Amino acid sequence: MASNSSSSRHQTARHRLSIIAGHLQRPADSDAALLAVDCKAQANKPNVSAGDRSEGRTVPRKRQEIMKWNGWGYSDSRFLFNKKGQAEFTGKRYRLSGMIIPGLKDWMESTFGANLQHKTQATPALNSSAVQPPTLNEVFVEELKSTGIPFSHEAEDRVFRGHGHCLHEIFALREGKIGRVPDMVVWPSCHNDVVKIVELACKHNVCLIPYGGGTSVSSALECPPEETRSIVSLDTSQMNRILWIDEKNLTAHVESGIVGQDLERLLNESGYCTGHEPDSMEFSSLGGWVATRASGMKKNIYGNIEDLVVHIKMVTPRGVIEKSCQGPRMSTGPDIHHFILGSEGTLGVVTEVTIKIRPIPEYQKYGSVVFPSFEQGVACLREVARQRCAPASIRLMDNEQFKFGHALKPQVSSIFTSFLDGLKKFYITKFKGFDPNRLCVATLLFEGDREKVLQHEKQVYDIAAKFGGLAAGEDNGQRGYMLTFVIAYLRDLGMDYYVIGESFETSVPWDRVLDICRNVKARIVQECKDKGVQFPPLSTCRVTQTYDAGACVYFYFAFNYRGLSDPVHVYEQVEHAAREEILANGGSLSHHHGVGKLRKEWMRETVSSVGMGMLKSVKDYVDPNNIFGNRNLL
Amino acid sequence: MASKVVYSHRDPMLKKRDDFEDMLEERRTGSDLRYALRCYTPALYKGLTPCKASELKNMVLQSDQLHYVINQVSKETGTPTDEIQAEAAAILEEMAHRLQLSTIRFFAFTLSKIFKTLFRSICVNEEGIQRLQQAIQEHPVVLLPSHRSYMDFLLMSYILYTYDLALPVIAAGMDFMGMKIVGEMLRMSGAFFIRRSFGGDKLYWAVFSEYVKIMLKNGFAPVEFFLEGTRSRTAKSLTPKLGLLNIVMDPFLKGEVFDVSLVPVSISYERTLEEALYARELLGVPKPKESTSGLFKARKILSEDYGSIHVYFGQPVSARSLAEGKVKRSQFNLIPRHIPRKPTEEIQDFVNDSAYRLVRAQEESMVLKPWVLLASLLLQNQAAGSKQGMSLRELTEQAVWVRDLSRQFGAFLHWPDHIPPSKVVSSSLSLHQGLVRISEGRVQLALDQAGGRVEPGLPQPAITPEDALLSQAVVILSCASYRNQALHVFIRPALLASAIHSASVNEKQEIFNTFSFLRNVFSDEFILCPGAEVQDFEEACYLLVKCGALQIHQQTILVTDRGQRTLAFLTSILDPFVQGYQMVCRFLCEATEGLTDKLFIPAARKFIIKHLLTGRLKYAEVLSSDLQKNALAALLRLGAVQKLRGRGGPAALKVNKVMVNSLEDTLGGKLPTQKPLVARL
Ligand SMILES: Cc1cc2nc3c(=O)[nH]c(=O)nc-3n(C[C@H](O)[C@H](O)[C@H](O)COP(=O)(O)OP(=O)(O)OC[C@H]3O[C@@H](n4cnc5c(N)ncnc54)[C@H](O)[C@@H]3O)c2cc1C
Repeated sequence: MASNSSSSRHQTARHRLSIIAGHLQRPADSDAALLAVDCKAQANKPNVSAGDRSEGRTVPRKRQEIMKWNGWGYSDSRFLFNKKGQAEFTGKRYRLSGMIIPGLKDWMESTFGANLQHKTQATPALNSSAVQPPTLNEVFVEELKSTGIPFSHEAEDRVFRGHGHCLHEIFALREGKIGRVPDMVVWPSCHNDVVKIVELACKHNVCLIPYGGGTSVSSALECPPEETRSIVSLDTSQMNRILWIDEKNLTAHVESGIVGQDLERLLNESGYCTGHEPDSMEFSSLGGWVATRASGMKKNIYGNIEDLVVHIKMVTPRGVIEKSCQGPRMSTGPDIHHFILGSEGTLGVVTEVTIKIRPIPEYQKYGSVVFPSFEQGVACLREVARQRCAPASIRLMDNEQFKFGHALKPQVSSIFTSFLDGLKKFYITKFKGFDPNRLCVATLLFEGDREKVLQHEKQVYDIAAKFGGLAAGEDNGQRGYMLTFVIAYLRDLGMDYYVIGESFETSVPWDRVLDICRNVKARIVQECKDKGVQFPPLSTCRVTQTYDAGACVYFYFAFNYRGLSDPVHVYEQVEHAAREEILANGGSLSHHHGVGKLRKEWMRETVSSVGMGMLKSVKDYVDPNNIFGNRNLL
Repeated sequence: MASKVVYSHRDPMLKKRDDFEDMLEERRTGSDLRYALRCYTPALYKGLTPCKASELKNMVLQSDQLHYVINQVSKETGTPTDEIQAEAAAILEEMAHRLQLSTIRFFAFTLSKIFKTLFRSICVNEEGIQRLQQAIQEHPVVLLPSHRSYMDFLLMSYILYTYDLALPVIAAGMDFMGMKIVGEMLRMSGAFFIRRSFGGDKLYWAVFSEYVKIMLKNGFAPVEFFLEGTRSRTAKSLTPKLGLLNIVMDPFLKGEVFDVSLVPVSISYERTLEEALYARELLGVPKPKESTSGLFKARKILSEDYGSIHVYFGQPVSARSLAEGKVKRSQFNLIPRHIPRKPTEEIQDFVNDSAYRLVRAQEESMVLKPWVLLASLLLQNQAAGSKQGMSLRELTEQAVWVRDLSRQFGAFLHWPDHIPPSKVVSSSLSLHQGLVRISEGRVQLALDQAGGRVEPGLPQPAITPEDALLSQAVVILSCASYRNQALHVFIRPALLASAIHSASVNEKQEIFNTFSFLRNVFSDEFILCPGAEVQDFEEACYLLVKCGALQIHQQTILVTDRGQRTLAFLTSILDPFVQGYQMVCRFLCEATEGLTDKLFIPAARKFIIKHLLTGRLKYAEVLSSDLQKNALAALLRLGAVQKLRGRGGPAALKVNKVMVNSLEDTLGGKLPTQKPLVARL
């Protein structure tokens, strides 16, 4: 590779990083951790020495060193109310870090009836004695030791891998309640390690549960309480190398444990990206995406995970499954990748994936459009989908979410000043005639050549205008995307003040979008009332992806649980009812979160009995002894 | 019998009911003109998309649903789509309302005048009005009044206007359209007109159902229709018609609205305007065509006292909660929702079930006046062959007894307890002078003077025994229409009483079998929810045990001493129907070949007259064509009679004489109930 092209590539990489930082992090130059780092593993060098692997990687073996054990994300980043009673976001990692969010308090008080005086404290530290001692399979442990693969049965390590990020999981941790957790954790560092571990597990009848980034929101990582065998969590986080990049075919071969932010950063250094950006990309892993059929916000350009993978290698109790070539499409019977995609850790461990890559786009631009009503917004998105001109991302938030977004405006700072001024003007001049309690906003993200982006932008704004939409500025859009990265942190703040909540999603044909949004939101409100919730809940949605034949709808639901004796139970009943409502309105069981154990009661009606039988027979063949015993899906 | 089924008996006496306010009171003091012109600002549906009545038509004509059907019809018939589109527009033109506030104001003024002369009071439960006002804001609302009079829907709109509630659009039968001006006036007060029968006319159905759904979904106005389909001439609730209920449930089932509130409204008239008209109609004097002049001929009506009207707005029933656990709404997931499909069996059952529940809700909130009980007693007395009637004292004593019984059964009885019973009785009787005669302290039905009540202007015919009978029957049927108002209170215990009477053993199982048999036979006659025999049985047992008439043990049912009177009363309530059905069975067994459905009523009537004249039958009310039709419907349903569709001509009735015979015997208690049941099931 010519050195001059490589240095220009570095430049692009840096540029690209500042773009990611746009919706995710602080400007790159202020944070050393984000500097472009040479990855020695990149150019067709499959054998990388062990020393290289941890360089620039986010996730250490001891996750507790940087992450919360009973909440979302980095330990140093959280929302809190400071002495003055103002909301503040701590740390240095994000754009919002260190900023005051003046509107949040009022919003929380008025939306939930929450009160700063009423605080619930989470258990500060894990009490190891609350954790059941591990059930170890001695022979297995012995033989594992001889392989040299690192493992641990310390309480903290085990607890960390016994949960995902469902409300009930986090709520229990905050209360210091620990259920069944894995008996030990192993950290393979490559495909071969996994082969050894799986062999040993089969030999000694040990239950294996693959663990990627731990961001599951379907109870997929929960240990089945009825499991009597020793449960071993197979943590892929140390299998995090890019093994090669093939610029001729625009593919990269990557180990499955790499988390989204690392994958993008390392590829960026070579001038590439995958474009796969689920909201959890800071922590979720490539293997996890494959195992759950994940979807990224920019799927309109890059595709969902199933469109992105070219080749998958998975270790199963029957051996390794993979295809013999990397042809872009095959007619060779049912695609075996589709047994793997969405298998949720029930069939084996995905170890390596060849994934498509794209050159980093030259230009990126945010945007936003305000519509007088949600109905008109949906009609616009539908038209955009009909004309197949959706930008990289287009999301339509309802009125409640629009207001929520406003509550998260940080106090005027250099970055936001212009935006605020712009907004004010915008309010005065253009909002006239818009009912502030009905209007809604679409956020947009364009990517590509500058020329084309601008053209594309015009096309979309022209369509929007036909539906009464008014362009509402770049900053408004950018803030919308920022919101999705901090929302998980906000839930922890809510929980400090008796507010619990969660999001859930579905996909639905276009003609049903409005109906499902209305009915599910109304159902949540009604169920809360029926279940004795004392305060009106927040029940809001956004149309978050568009397709030719339908859309993905994402709901947020939260309420103040003061006065309830078993809030989590109430929460679960309401979520259950909401899911029933989704299914009754023609929505799918899940668009991207997966089934796990949380939604498996509906699997049969979703895929029919024959469908269940098919899945079951695959499971029975691949894993007759249920070594991969997390009991998801079926 | 699934005796394990737990049926939670709520004591019907504890039913909470709202108080009434007389809305005419204010009208009698205030200015009608000012009232008609007052500011009217109703609370509206929160999801309302405001639009004019004329825009509605465009929405219908542009709907996917209608386009689909138009294309379908075009393909089937080869007619170009624009022609069919034009036809659809014409249908809509004929159908659509043109609701205008000015017309409502006109009615508000004139009706105030008319109501004040006709009625002593119009009583409305204001809590119900408040509930309705809430409901209208929350979800699309369907108003379901009972239907006993032409006046019902004008009265409804009048009330809603008075209380500043959203004015409804009302589904009305086409027969009103015959009356030119009145028809248009009604249209402008919110009525839309549906043809009585449009069988397989897809286009008509599509226009009609889309029109109703669009008004409902957009929250344009509450949609009002009569579950019973037509005015009940007998004052018994009619078996509900499902067409419109299906239509208004549809947007909920398909997820187009979150919920629909169904509000049963019970309108009870102390005296029905159409009292004698109905009786005549039932006896076969042909129904006068509903023409404008006909309606105004009723002017002499204006000089009479019609007592009071009670209008009870029931608890709104959520379609969502009705459907809970009964309908899988996901059944609409796989076919675009605008493509019309026949409702699945599940949905048919659901709608049918809901319809019965709603009609029962109407029944339960019907206000009963003391006269209703008096009419029951006088009819029983008359049928028992008494020639001199009852002494006032006797009547009062019995009335008080029935009053207490009916209250125990949960009747919504308006008996003024602060007035001595004898006063209550005599003032009730005086309001119904046309039907009773009091002489020398004895009361009886005014049968003898009945013959003299011939319309002036008609040639005085020679009085044949048959004519005399028919004119007596007019009085009896009029009276029966009052007794019928209370039937829903007594029907379940009465079925049980009759079952005990004819089972002649005290074994519970045997009695239940007889009960189910009777219930099954009479399920076209009374409102008995399909499939609820066990609940009904347990309800009847509960009520009769509660009033001390029965003792129920593990295996047996015993009648107590004081229960004899109760059971006798209840049995004789049902007796005219039992004998009537037997009579219809007899007629069918003896009928000659070639009986058609067209001929059935006149032939049966002739047969019954013969039996009445010879004294073999004592209930003149069996002459009611309603009873005869219901009996035939039951026999058809039970498979004892079959309708053979003739080409073009009337359908022939094929009678299974063995079966009809054994049904007759079983009704008469001559055969154990198992047999005919087995024969059928
Ligand atoms: C704040 C937040 C935002 C989110 N946003 C998105 C989003 O935008 N789009 C989206 O699709 N999802 C989203 N999710 C859900 C979640 O991030 C995805 O399901 C993700 O794919 C899970 O990846 P993970 O690496 O965290 O897997 P984990 O949570 O560790 O595991 C998930 C499941 O996959 C199995 N598994 C993990 N790795 C492997 C492997 N290598 N081989 C076999 N099985 C494996 C596990 O056994 C488990 O059953 C979000 C979650 C959160 C909390």
